[in-house]
Amino acid sequence: MPKRLTILIAEDSPVDRMLLSTIVARQGHRVLTAADGMQAVALFEQERPQLVLMDALMPVMDGFEAARRIKQLAGDELVPIIFLTSLTENQALVGCLEAGGDDFIAKPYNPIILEAKIQAMHRLRRLQATVLAQRDLIARRNQQLLDEHRAAKAIFDKVAHAGCLNAPNIRYRQSPRALFNGDLLLAAQAPAGQMFVLLGDFTGHGLPAAIGAMPLAETFYGMAAKGHSSTDILREMNAKLKQILPVEMFCCATLLDINPLQGTLRVWNGGLPDGYLIGANGQRTPLGSRHLPLGILSAAAFDDEFEHFPLAVGDRLLLLSDGVIESRNTHDELFGERRLLALLDANSDPARLFDEIEQALLAFHGQVQDDLSLIEVSLDETLAGAPLSVPLVAHRSRPIDWSAHFELRAESLRNGNPLPLLLQLLLQVNPLRPRAGAIYTVLGELYANALEHGVLGLDSALKCDAEGFQRYYELRRERLQALAEGHIRLELSIKTHDGGGCLRIAISDSGAGFDVAHALQLQRCDQCLSGRGLHLVRQLTDGFDWQADGRGLGVEFGWAAEA
Amino acid sequence: MSNAHLDSAVLATLQDVMESEYPVLLDTFLADSEERVRLLKQACQAAEADMLRQAAHSFKGSCSNMGATLLAELCRELEDLARREQLAQAPVLIESIEREFAIIGILFRAERQRLG
Repeated sequence: MPKRLTILIAEDSPVDRMLLSTIVARQGHRVLTAADGMQAVALFEQERPQLVLMDALMPVMDGFEAARRIKQLAGDELVPIIFLTSLTENQALVGCLEAGGDDFIAKPYNPIILEAKIQAMHRLRRLQATVLAQRDLIARRNQQLLDEHRAAKAIFDKVAHAGCLNAPNIRYRQSPRALFNGDLLLAAQAPAGQMFVLLGDFTGHGLPAAIGAMPLAETFYGMAAKGHSSTDILREMNAKLKQILPVEMFCCATLLDINPLQGTLRVWNGGLPDGYLIGANGQRTPLGSRHLPLGILSAAAFDDEFEHFPLAVGDRLLLLSDGVIESRNTHDELFGERRLLALLDANSDPARLFDEIEQALLAFHGQVQDDLSLIEVSLDETLAGAPLSVPLVAHRSRPIDWSAHFELRAESLRNGNPLPLLLQLLLQVNPLRPRAGAIYTVLGELYANALEHGVLGLDSALKCDAEGFQRYYELRRERLQALAEGHIRLELSIKTHDGGGCLRIAISDSGAGFDVAHALQLQRCDQCLSGRGLHLVRQLTDGFDWQADGRGLGVEFGWAAEA
Repeated sequence: MSNAHLDSAVLATLQDVMESEYPVLLDTFLADSEERVRLLKQACQAAEADMLRQAAHSFKGSCSNMGATLLAELCRELEDLARREQLAQAPVLIESIEREFAIIGILFRAERQRLG
């Protein structure tokens, strides 16, 4: 549909000007006229016409210069300039285009052709305006998206916080935008001293992936803080994702349960590339995927079997997302597993490995990548150090005098973990809270000792090498599965007195008992992380005693009254 | 009114486009052209080839818009000469342009009379 435009006519010949303005005005447009280029530019600035008919040769300022100035004044807006010309030389016509002309019309003027050209130029104008509007819209939307991402990231950071990713023994590389690329990196220190590390990679990108990460992080941190086992945490994360994620979405993940007190590593890898356990001597054990990713299988079908490895001070754990090996550089070359393995092979100092991988990735891509995550956990003395404490709550202590007895029998030993419940119970006692970590560690050690050595009759001497280690945990699983009889009894008693109070934990089991004094003797082994349990129990408690038959142990935690 | 001097089709279009303004357009052309012929002679006498070329070019445009076919053709020849800087032949050509313009003047004035 023809539209009424404001059209500037710049033409020095009064006849042509008159003729042209009459033609253009009769076609319904508003006409402005200028007799030279200078006037044309001034009129353009003043009236902002939508289209210009420009004679090339004019006094004062010619059409070429006027066209250049008008195009500059118009900026992003398309103001079509049609040159009025009887020029026939090619060079002059090229000059018109170079000055910013969009079309020509030759004399003598044909009103029909002139109107057709005006309308064609007007369509071009509308197209340009649409493109500009869409460009601005996209820019606004993109800004909005970035703002939303920032807000979502801020919320996520509150839910997930940094966990213990900033621990001195952890190094990681992850883009701040990783959350929106589906990568998730979590690390938590459990009350009993283990460190849990989760690297997750959601299928898909953007907000859906980030939204899936929220409950995952909340479950991970919530359950880790309450003292749940890595198996329980893993099962819960899978169940939660299965419940909330659409069918086509899932989360490849590796969960590390690093227990420096026992010198064990438990690994569950569902769908992520191999991680690596790298010894101080450079020996490398791949931690490969053995499972389907999280969020696919129902709780009943889910396989929560971890692999077990011995850990020693100086060991390193390396996890990476598939962004590392599947990333492509500008030449469309794959970084690939081969390159990574070559790096690992070439490494002579494990302490430099993380830097070497980072440098290799940077060199390969020429810039930092958004969609790859890399984490290294090194087993140093700080990790094997004292467990965490839990902050005090603000209520006053009252006199306390109670005891509780628990007896867990075969079915519960197989399927349950009473420790989080017991810890929650004990945390109600305010004076115990500063020592929650120690109490949990001791409970964990005593329980593991009673279950594995007492009820299941496992010999920790098996754990002397990596093979024995695997064998030990296979046996543990088999025997636990087959367990028909057996029990563990726990007795907690708390009593306050004028000068303070005392918690006593007694544990006994149905096993054959063991020579506690002898075991304490045997376990004096510094480099080996495994089997430090009883020593640790003795260190962390204020009293440690045992029954002569070795089937029962007791520990005490005392405290002095508040000042 | 069709002959070697004027293109009647162009004039018909002009009359159609300009309606009541048509006689004014004819008057404007005649007045403007006198000025342009004067400019041609001035440039020729001053031996300003570039000025001559521009003036001829501009006059040619107006003439072709007014359907003055022969006059437009003479202007084109003058423009060519000026471009090639062969000013020696220019005075003869300018004389032809003046003669042709005189004829156009008569024809246009007759056209005005005819329209009343």
